[in-house]
Order: sequence, then C-alpha cells, then structure tokens
Amino acid sequence: MATTTRANAAATAAGAGARAATRDTAVAAADREGRGTPAPWAKRHLLSLEELSCDEIGVLLDTAESFKEVLTRDVKKVPSLRGKTVANLFFEPSTRTRTSFEIAAKRLSADIINFQAAGSSVQKGESLVDTALNIQAMQADTVVVRHASSGASQLLARELDCSVVNAGDGIHEHPTQGLLDIFTIRERRDLEGLHVCLVGDIRHSRVARSNIWGLIKLGAQVTVCGPPTLIPHGIEEIGANVAYDLDSVLPTVDVLNILRIQFERQHGAFFPSIREYAVEYGISVERLRQAREEVLILHPQPMHRGIEIAAEVADGHHSAILDQVTNGVAVRMAVLFHTTLASSGPDS
Amino acid sequence: MSGVLIRGGRLVDPVNGVDEQLDLLLADGVVRAIGESAAAAASATAAGSGDAGEGIDATGQVVLPGLIDIHVHLRQPGFEYKETLASGLRAAASGGFTGVCPIPNTNPVSDTRPDMEFLRREARRLGLINLWPVGAVTIGQEGEQLTEFGELRKGGAVALSDDGHPIAQPAIMRRALEYSKKHQLPILVHGEELGLSDGGAMNEGPIATRLGLPGSPCAAESALIARDIEIAALAGGRVHFMHVSCARSVELIRRARQEGVPVTAETGPHYLHLTDEAVIGYRTNTKMYPPLRTSADVAAVRAGVADGTLGVVATDHAPHAAYEKAVEFDQAPNGITGLETAVPLMVRLIDEGVITWQQLALAMSSNPAQIIGVERGNLSLGAVADVTVIDPELQWTYDETTCHSRSQNSPFWGHSLTGRATHCLVAGRPVLRDCQVEARPAAAAEAVAG
Repeated sequence: MATTTRANAAATAAGAGARAATRDTAVAAADREGRGTPAPWAKRHLLSLEELSCDEIGVLLDTAESFKEVLTRDVKKVPSLRGKTVANLFFEPSTRTRTSFEIAAKRLSADIINFQAAGSSVQKGESLVDTALNIQAMQADTVVVRHASSGASQLLARELDCSVVNAGDGIHEHPTQGLLDIFTIRERRDLEGLHVCLVGDIRHSRVARSNIWGLIKLGAQVTVCGPPTLIPHGIEEIGANVAYDLDSVLPTVDVLNILRIQFERQHGAFFPSIREYAVEYGISVERLRQAREEVLILHPQPMHRGIEIAAEVADGHHSAILDQVTNGVAVRMAVLFHTTLASSGPDS
Repeated sequence: MSGVLIRGGRLVDPVNGVDEQLDLLLADGVVRAIGESAAAAASATAAGSGDAGEGIDATGQVVLPGLIDIHVHLRQPGFEYKETLASGLRAAASGGFTGVCPIPNTNPVSDTRPDMEFLRREARRLGLINLWPVGAVTIGQEGEQLTEFGELRKGGAVALSDDGHPIAQPAIMRRALEYSKKHQLPILVHGEELGLSDGGAMNEGPIATRLGLPGSPCAAESALIARDIEIAALAGGRVHFMHVSCARSVELIRRARQEGVPVTAETGPHYLHLTDEAVIGYRTNTKMYPPLRTSADVAAVRAGVADGTLGVVATDHAPHAAYEKAVEFDQAPNGITGLETAVPLMVRLIDEGVITWQQLALAMSSNPAQIIGVERGNLSLGAVADVTVIDPELQWTYDETTCHSRSQNSPFWGHSLTGRATHCLVAGRPVLRDCQVEARPAAAAEAVAG
C-alpha cells in the first residue's frame, strides 16, 4: 500500500515536470516563430475530449498559452493560417462561441465565413451533410460546427475531407469549452489531485461531459452535483463522483464550475421550481463561505444571475468567468491552428 | 408430376423429433417420402415416367421445415422507395424464408380486408414465397377504434398488430384481446411505454450518457409487457410480444408462461449478438426500437431463446433508404434490415453452443407457424413441402452482390458471414437454388396462397 502511494507520487511529480517542460518549449517556439509550435499533433478533427490523450490535451493547452501572449501584443495577429478558410457552421443560436471562433480565426489570419442556419437540417429540408458539403465545396479548410444533435460533428468528420471542429453537439461534448475551462484552472492551480465540482444541469450539459473527460485525464477529481433528475444515468462510469447535496461537498472543493439550467433542452419538469433550485444549488455568498478560502468560480455562460449564481459571486474575487472568455479565444486559436494544419499542411 | 429429391442432408424436424441424415422426397407440393423410401420412390417415379425429376445434393447441409418470419416490414404500399413486395420477398427467399408476415404500418395503414387481399394477390402474382398478412388492431394504428377483425381474417390476415404504435389505452387493448377470441387472431405487441421511452434514441445507460444521446430505459419495454400480461390474464385471447430485448422482459414473460397466461414472444437476431456499445460512433444502422441493450440483456435474451420463453426469432426487417439514415443519430428512423442476415446470425448462435438446430427450427419455423395458425413448420409425410436447406459452413459477404432488398441499412453490411440458405422450396417448388433466387418462379399460384 505504502509502496503504491510512493510510486504514484513519483509518477505524478514526473508527469508534472514533463508538462512544465512541454509548456516552456511551446512558448519558446511561439516566440521564435511568431506562430504556434509544431508540437506533435496529428488529428485532423477535434470532436471530443474523450478521444484525446493527456498529451494531446497538453499540446492544445500549451499552444493556447503561447497564443494568449499574442493577444496581449499591440498587433494581435499572427500569420499562422494565412490563406486558410474557416467556416463557422452554426445550427444553434450562439453568440459567444461563434464570436470567439471568429476572433480566433482572424487572429490567425485565416478567412472566416459565418453560416448561420436556422433550425435543424431536417426542418430546413436540406440534410446536414449536404449543407456541409456545400460549404466544403467553397474550399473551406476547417468547418466549425455547432448542432443540436449529439454526434453531428462526428457525422461531418466522416463525410467531409476538411477538418471539423466541434463547437458543441447536442448534449454530447463542447470540447473547446472544456479546454478553456481547464486552461483557466491550469493558469491558477496544479490540476493533479484538484477537486473540481460541476454544479447544476449535468444531464443536458455538453460542457459537463467535456470537463469530466479532460479533467480526469489530467489527474483532477471531478464531482457532479445537482438534482437527481439532472444527473445522467451511469455518469459514474466515466469517472465522476455523484453528489446530490451541494453543502456536503463544498468544504472539499477547489473549483466550482457552475452550469446553467438548460431550459431549452428540458422536456417537462426536472425539478419542482426555480425557487427551490436556487435554494438548494444556487451559489450564494453565504453558501460560498463553506468552501475553501481560495475556491475558484467558473461559469460557461450565459449566466442566470440570482438562480444558479449570485451576482456578488459572479463578480467577486473568486470568479474567473471573464478570464474564461479571454482564454476561449486563445484555446480556439490553438485548436484551429493544429486541426487546420493537420488537414492541409502549413501554407508555404 | 416429377418430384424433388433432397439427398444426403441432415434433416431436422422438431415436430416429429427427427434429427439425422435422411433423404427427403417432395412431390405434388407435399412431403412424399423420407429416408431410404425417398430415394426408392424417386427412382421408381423416374423409371415410370422417364423423368428423373430434380435432385438437390444437401451433403453437409441442414434440411429444415421452411423458415417463417412473422415480423417484417415490406413497406408496400406507400414506401416503395424503401422496399417493395417484389424486392422484399426476394430478400426473404434469399435469406432462407419460405413465408413472411408483413406488418401493416404502410401508407395507408393496412387495416382493411381489401388491404389484406391486395398483399396476397401481389404475392401470388410474384409467385415466390408465402405471404401471410398482418392487419392493424386499430384503424390507422391510432389506438382508438378496432379494425374489422372478421373481415381482415377473411381477407387472409393471420395476426393483428399496431407495431410501432403501441396501444396506449389499456381498455382498448383489453377489448381487442376479447374481440380477437372469436377470430383466433393473435395480437402482436410492440412493447413500448411511450411515456417512459420519451424520445430515447438508444438504450439508457452509461453509453448513452457518454454519447449524449437520449436514452430509452428497459423499463419502457418491460412496463408495457407487464401491463399486457395482466390484460391477457384478464381478457384471454393471445398476446405475442415482438422484438423482446431486455432481461426484465424475459423474466416477466417466463413467469407469465409458467402461470399459464396465454402469451408468446420473439426476439430478433441482432438482440442476440449486439450491445449498445455498437452505437459508439453514431452509426445510424445501429438504431432500432427497441434499442440494442447491455451484455447482461443479451445473455438474458439468449437464455430466453434457449429455454423457449422467447419461442420465436423474427427479424423485424425494417428497410430505410440510405439518405434517410445518413443524418444525425437522433433524427434517423428506427430499424435495420434483417431478412438476409438472420440465418448466419442464428448459425453463429448454434456454433456458440447457445441453441441446437432443433431449437432453430422451432424458433424460425414450427413455433411461428403455430402462432399464426398455418399448416407449416414440420416435414411430416403429406405436409406442404416448404423446405429450407442451410449450408452452415458457407462463407459469404453481405453486400451489393448478395443483397436483394432495396435497402442496406444493417450493422452487418459489408461483413463476412458464415452460414447461408442454399435452397428454398415452396410447396415443392424451388424458389432459391444454389443461393440464387429464381428469376421467374413457376406460377404455382394456388399452392402459394395456401
């Protein structure tokens, strides 16, 4: 038993060291080249964090770190994807994510097309695959897709020759949101052994699934907490702990990632009233006092102030919510950079 | 009339307790002779008429009473782009079936006597295999007003089903069962409590959670089965549960049968081999209702087939056009084709030691025949000569070169499979010869109408 623990600790230390080394190399390479590092990355698509290894997630985060530095410069632009075309293909309404991808593509000097499709492809009469094939025929190098159906990005990845980046598919995954959440945590804490609690509507949350996969791969502990009706069946098998009583887990939590109630995805009542939800799961100033002093507050937004999060908490000193937005651009730059170049090779 | 002598095969006839290498002579549409007398009678006939008749060398193969699939969707009328009676019956013959029962969820719904007559007339005109139609239980499968069971029966219906649209109102189900007693028609039940499946696209569980797909719990199936067992106990009549997929359902049906409640049940070949892990990758050819379940459910369904709780294996052949399936998983229609892959999947079950050839013959011929009340499913002397010959060793690939259905929506598409029907005879008439479906079968119309 004791031997095992020591071995684990040694492995952990070695892992942390290796990660730090990669990060330094990436930053250095970015400084030298004025563009991201040619780190080992072979995937043409980013569809989920489930399919990424710990190292691959590390590559994206490290590259994002070097791109974040670019965003602080006077001239916030690098020529990494000059001559490439990124198409935003959004079948669900989105402001933040679409804008974030758009800025990311522009910072990389790519051309960006916004294709806003109303409703599902079925209602529209044209199939998703046909729509995407048309965009591809306009010579897009990378398609960023958001869709209400889980697996939609995987369907496109199978049918298209260009790169596909999942910007949220149904209640499956939202990998760039997961990455930016993890990036934001990693800027402030060592992920190894960190206790992250996702609070709220886990069942309908693609953000939750991406967070769980990514955090667990990087060595964090994840608890999901919400009303039993909003905890999906078998989530424990992915590796998350389940709790229904927020107050009982708060004292051991390092990071609270507060999820929005996804009213638009809920058919029928999953809990009796918004008032009772706010009482039991809302993060108020008083409730937050039970948590550790240095607890970090995240929220993927849009927020319902006064329901899942008190305004004072959202704007308070524990909150990294707006940093998440800034980091989102850097993370999406890293994702577009690696997937687009994996697909077509660098522009020479 | 010259006969057909099937030589050297392993004859399996569970009704007569036969399982040994025996010749079989078919003549005048019936089983004329079995064993040594078959060869003798064949040569005597040949000597008398100068016509040696036809011979099938079935050495190394298994000779069974013709296979019957009581649960297929042939899509005509209304969805001819998915399947027609012509393509569907050819697929059935190619798959080893000598008779099928199309389910009435056509457009319009097959819920009248003329609908039954249309189906039988078309099948007679095609002259391939038996078609025994299933009529709707309620008009338009809307679960409200009973169809004319008596007229449907006269039109040739052998069973009733609102498959795909479970009867929501228990009182309607009760009345249907009570009324069906006069007409001796079993009611084939699609076990789904819609209020519990709630739009589920796959089995509820860890895989659905990972994939972010809405789940349909086993309880959606077992709850409706439990309800209809209770109603059957109350009302009498005959309930047959279609496509049973989960452990709880098998247990409920087993207990009901032990208690003497008049219920029978079937499962499909895919539920005996695939689990919900097949859905990983969002390939829509793994989407059907009920959904693929867990390995524990597969084990329970296998046990149910082995002990006879699930006395029937039926394919739920559900063709869909490629473009209908080339969509987001949750938008895709339910169903997979099954007629052409059932035999190899069941041969695999025998190879794995789960069932015997006797049990295969019971599940795919004798029991279905008994449930729909047709004089088939055995090879007694004088019985109608519907025969299927299976080569359990034959390796083949399910692809464009072998598929007769208009649709290819199967998780087994492109797979190399072992075991295939080589010959099918309907009333003694070959409709499948050396794996080739007869192009223009002889018009033995009346015999087919049987």
